[in-house]
Amino acid sequence: MNTTNILLIPLLPLLSFVLLGLFGKSFFKTKAGLVGCSLMLVSFIIAVVTASSYFFSTGLQNGQYQQLKPFLMPWLKFANGLVIEMGLLIDPLSMIMIFVVTFISLMVHIFSLSYMKGEERFHVYYAFLGLFTFSMLGLVLSSNIFQIYIFWELVGVSSFLLIGFFYQKSSALAAAKKAFIVTRFADLGFLIGILLLSAQAGTLDFLELISKFTTPGDTLSSALGTTFLGFSLLSWGLALVFMGAAGKSAMFPLHIWLPDAMEGPTPVSALIHAATMVVAGVFLVARLYPVYAFSGAGFVHFIDDIGAFTALFAAVIACTQTDIKRVLAYSTISQIGFMMFALGQVPADLGAVHLGYTASIFHLFTHAIFKALLFLGAGAVIHYVHSNEMKDMGGLRKKMPVTHAMFLLACLAIAGVPPFAGFFSKEEILLAAWENNPTIFWMALITSGLTAFYMFRLYFSIFWNKEHDGHHHEKEGDIFLLAPLVILGIGTVVAGFVPFSHLVSSDRKPFETELHLQFSIAPVAVGLIGILLASWMYRKHSAIPENLARNMGGFYKAAKNKFYIDEVWLGFTKGVLFNLIAKPAAWVDRNIVDGMVKATGSGMEWISYRIKGLQSGKVQQYGLFFLFGIIIIVSVYLFKNVPWR
Amino acid sequence: MNLILIILIPLLTGLAILGLNEKHARTAALAGAIMQVVIAIGLYLAFTQERSIGNVFPILFEQQYQWFPALGFSFHIGVDGISVAMILLTAFVVIAGVLVSWNMEKMKKEFFFFLTLLGFGAYGFFVSLDLMVMFFFLEIAVIPKYLFISIWGSGNKDYSANKLALMLMGGSALILVALMGMYFSMPPELRTFDMVKLAEMNIPFSLQRWVFPLIFTGFGVFTAMFPFHTWVPDGHSSAPTAGSMFLAGISMKLGGYGCLRAATYLFPEGAHEYSGIIIVLASIAIIYGAFATMMQKDLKYINAYSSVSHCGFVLLGIGMLTKTAITGAVFQMVSHGLMTALFFAIIGMVYERTHTRMVADMGGLLKVMPFIITTLYIAGFASLGLPGLSGFVAEMTVFVGSWENQTFFHRAATVIACASIVVTAVYILRAVGQVSMGPLKYSSDQKDDARWNEKWAAVILIAGILIMGLAPFWLNDLVSPGVEVITNKLAGK
Amino acid sequence: MMEPGLYHLLVIGAVLFFTGIYGFFTRRNMISMLMSIELMLNSVNINFIAFNKYLWPDTLGGTFFTVFVIAIAAAEAAVALAIIINLYRSHSSINVEVAEEMKF
Repeated sequence: MNTTNILLIPLLPLLSFVLLGLFGKSFFKTKAGLVGCSLMLVSFIIAVVTASSYFFSTGLQNGQYQQLKPFLMPWLKFANGLVIEMGLLIDPLSMIMIFVVTFISLMVHIFSLSYMKGEERFHVYYAFLGLFTFSMLGLVLSSNIFQIYIFWELVGVSSFLLIGFFYQKSSALAAAKKAFIVTRFADLGFLIGILLLSAQAGTLDFLELISKFTTPGDTLSSALGTTFLGFSLLSWGLALVFMGAAGKSAMFPLHIWLPDAMEGPTPVSALIHAATMVVAGVFLVARLYPVYAFSGAGFVHFIDDIGAFTALFAAVIACTQTDIKRVLAYSTISQIGFMMFALGQVPADLGAVHLGYTASIFHLFTHAIFKALLFLGAGAVIHYVHSNEMKDMGGLRKKMPVTHAMFLLACLAIAGVPPFAGFFSKEEILLAAWENNPTIFWMALITSGLTAFYMFRLYFSIFWNKEHDGHHHEKEGDIFLLAPLVILGIGTVVAGFVPFSHLVSSDRKPFETELHLQFSIAPVAVGLIGILLASWMYRKHSAIPENLARNMGGFYKAAKNKFYIDEVWLGFTKGVLFNLIAKPAAWVDRNIVDGMVKATGSGMEWISYRIKGLQSGKVQQYGLFFLFGIIIIVSVYLFKNVPWR
Repeated sequence: MNLILIILIPLLTGLAILGLNEKHARTAALAGAIMQVVIAIGLYLAFTQERSIGNVFPILFEQQYQWFPALGFSFHIGVDGISVAMILLTAFVVIAGVLVSWNMEKMKKEFFFFLTLLGFGAYGFFVSLDLMVMFFFLEIAVIPKYLFISIWGSGNKDYSANKLALMLMGGSALILVALMGMYFSMPPELRTFDMVKLAEMNIPFSLQRWVFPLIFTGFGVFTAMFPFHTWVPDGHSSAPTAGSMFLAGISMKLGGYGCLRAATYLFPEGAHEYSGIIIVLASIAIIYGAFATMMQKDLKYINAYSSVSHCGFVLLGIGMLTKTAITGAVFQMVSHGLMTALFFAIIGMVYERTHTRMVADMGGLLKVMPFIITTLYIAGFASLGLPGLSGFVAEMTVFVGSWENQTFFHRAATVIACASIVVTAVYILRAVGQVSMGPLKYSSDQKDDARWNEKWAAVILIAGILIMGLAPFWLNDLVSPGVEVITNKLAGK
Repeated sequence: MMEPGLYHLLVIGAVLFFTGIYGFFTRRNMISMLMSIELMLNSVNINFIAFNKYLWPDTLGGTFFTVFVIAIAAAEAAVALAIIINLYRSHSSINVEVAEEMKF
């Protein structure tokens, strides 16, 4: 494995950003897309070569995958021994991630050639894609917890820039701001968590950090022994880091930014808000998994609960949304919930196989592929009908045959129908949950039924249902639009057969998983019920959905309004932050603090008004003052030695 | 490297400007500014050269001349890493300021003269090693600010100019009182204003405990210490563009540097005594300044209040008294100087085109002035601490350094300071987003982008921001030996 | 008949001085005020002469100073009269209370 090659993987997209950002307008113009795509293609090829050589030749030694740090550069040395290093950490997790990121990014680059054609800021778009891909690759390759924070912020800002790409829409501005600020709020937790953990461990390096917190010793005992408000410092640190992860990965109640982020161009949603950036939280927890599993016993259950609740909660909302991208956004939230609670399935015996970890990363991998396909498919549909709303669609299966087929594949995958990718990964998650925490299992089972239902609701509403005729007779799309769909479609079929447990496991030792056929019956059956229900309600245009919605009454309305979480947050920011803190602060500053300054000035003025009468203009008065002054001074001088003084 | 050069160049430039006619004033000013940049970079190179050949003496290029021996002050100059960083910052801001004011209409000659004079004061301040000489240069740097605002200012300029000058003079008065008190309460044979000698002395705690707060507060006024920060919004908003840039970019740094060099370094026991109060005031300034910024509607007020918040990090870093935190404070001074100068430069450019500074009256400007708005984004992102830009490095260093202190009090203050990064994101994105995005609010939809001089001003400052943000190790290597001298003294070594 | 001594002369000087002060503060006419000032100056002259004669008879310091004072008083009177004439021209009066523009 060649270090320069690995460095090239993130640096080529960065080059694309710099080139297109600085010279895009003057030199490349419409060629900008090709520049971006070709650089991305090279990066992807290197990533594939690197990952495969790691997995199939160099990585596995003595039955365990190695953790390598082929590149390490001190970036900022703090005086207390902590060092922020820019490094590469090569292990199964990061190898899987660079494959996912470069693959999806390449697909999106190609798709955008057609989707974004004719945009005024075409080159800027590709520059931002390059920036995002660079940051995301830097994130997954980070060897240092502060390095991951740096790239964490950079993906956040790329996401901001891309959501706000259509800058003249006010809604894009609002969504971009919301996404950035909500995740920034979560990052505050992450930052404090880093400070806490690093101060305890005395290092920022991931591997050292993990080993210090998982081997009994002074560091661990002091981190566990010191408590604050009843929890150990280690728990606080892990909880705060998880807060950052929850923000990025849109866990309840920090999920509110993700649906709004759909204001961005659809390929961007596919790349950032479905496949890569939003799973960064899962990645972070997975990166610190040994610490969470080893020392965070109490806290892991919390991750469980949050993940499972988010999965169910988002699935319910997804059933009621009518904007197709929003449905997909809630579906993403729900699926990330699956990954998150899978990570929480720590077996009671730590030496046993951590199936949940493998399942979670497996699901991350398959989900990236089929969710990117769903988004790109939705993008193709939107490109065709120029609307996001389901009511403007319907009967598109004949007009868009390729898109239809690929979309169906992806829907089957996410619904957990064998033999598509989602089936295998979801199966593993459910199995892990069943073995550890049956409550979570039942919640997850219901959620997968709902998943199948809302995905097929989407599918039928777009491609079946009532036909809208007349105004679109254009072609489905050119090769750049369709090729990524087909490639991702193939991926959706194959990805499930990747022997994932041979590649990724919590102790980096390959293990065997077997398919329990009798266990699969329940999830698959639930999925099929969901599909049939959706088919019954949405395949043909009918009044059933409306009647059902009316019968559900308040619950439907609440779900359609996303259970008013946005309003709660809005109330918090507007009511508390703005009206109760910021406004008084500004008022106090202008009136009280500055008032004191002004009062000093007016106090001086008052005194001078009082004493200016002395300046009467009467010569003789001045003379008198002078005389008395002299008398006083002389008498002090004369009598200073008198006894009574 | 002869340090006299650094002081002499701006002085000669200023005299040349006075001697030339109106038309050539700006050329002379630009030539002088370029020379200053060259010399500042030369100084940096010479300094690192000396260090690399193993010269570990804390202060390099020292020179000392008799000035007023009867009162014990001498013209003693020299630099350490911190001063070199500050001189580099000053040179960058000066040249950007000259470029931005290139098309100044009113009283050109005087304007560029005072611009240069302010630079002169700042350079002198950063190289001086004698408290009285330092004070002398500090006062030289105050006068032009008053004139900038009262002659070339806008809005409520007389009020602002008076307020600024009086508050800064009040701060100077505290410093002068403290210096005099310190001088005369020492035994006659020890009396001196020389910082090198003072640092070697053991100044008794009884003296430190009242000299330190006076000097610290005096310089604190310059660096917007709560509750003496109210000149900042008024002063910045009334000043002309280059004036605001100098005010925030250089002048507030005089205060931070003074707090560090004249107060904390010379009176370490006093610093330990009052560090709690400093931390409280700094935390208040950080979070309260940030919240107050949220409610501002005028771009200049937004940046001025955010300067209060950002300069709070400088004071917080100094108050934390650990090496990392103080290094972070120095980083923050450099970083804030660059980014706030950039921010004000852009506000000036936008104002020149839209004739308003009210955020609500702008929108979608990215379409008509892409370069300016892109630059605004960079300034905004630097301000909210985006990695890769200077603000991140500075803030993180302060946080890590603050967290080193193990007590609950210090950590609570750190958490409060951390919380401000969220608030900063809120107000920066509100302002920058509103200005750049949304429906276009502009008299025409033709491009009206930056001119060459404005582009160069922005590029120079952005270069500084990027260099610091991408390769913080350079600045770190430059600054930390200087900080180590201070922390060693703090530790009683 | 008693020989007049130092004390007698000092008493005369003091009486003359306080007469001058009284006149200076009570008179509103500027000419009278000027005259009062002359009285005060002359009382000082008397003191100088007296001290010179009785305490240091072999020096001439007191006498010199007296001559000085007389010369300066002449100059002062000239300046003062010039001021008074100008005041009279502008205010048509030489009453000090009329001329109080130089106040706050």
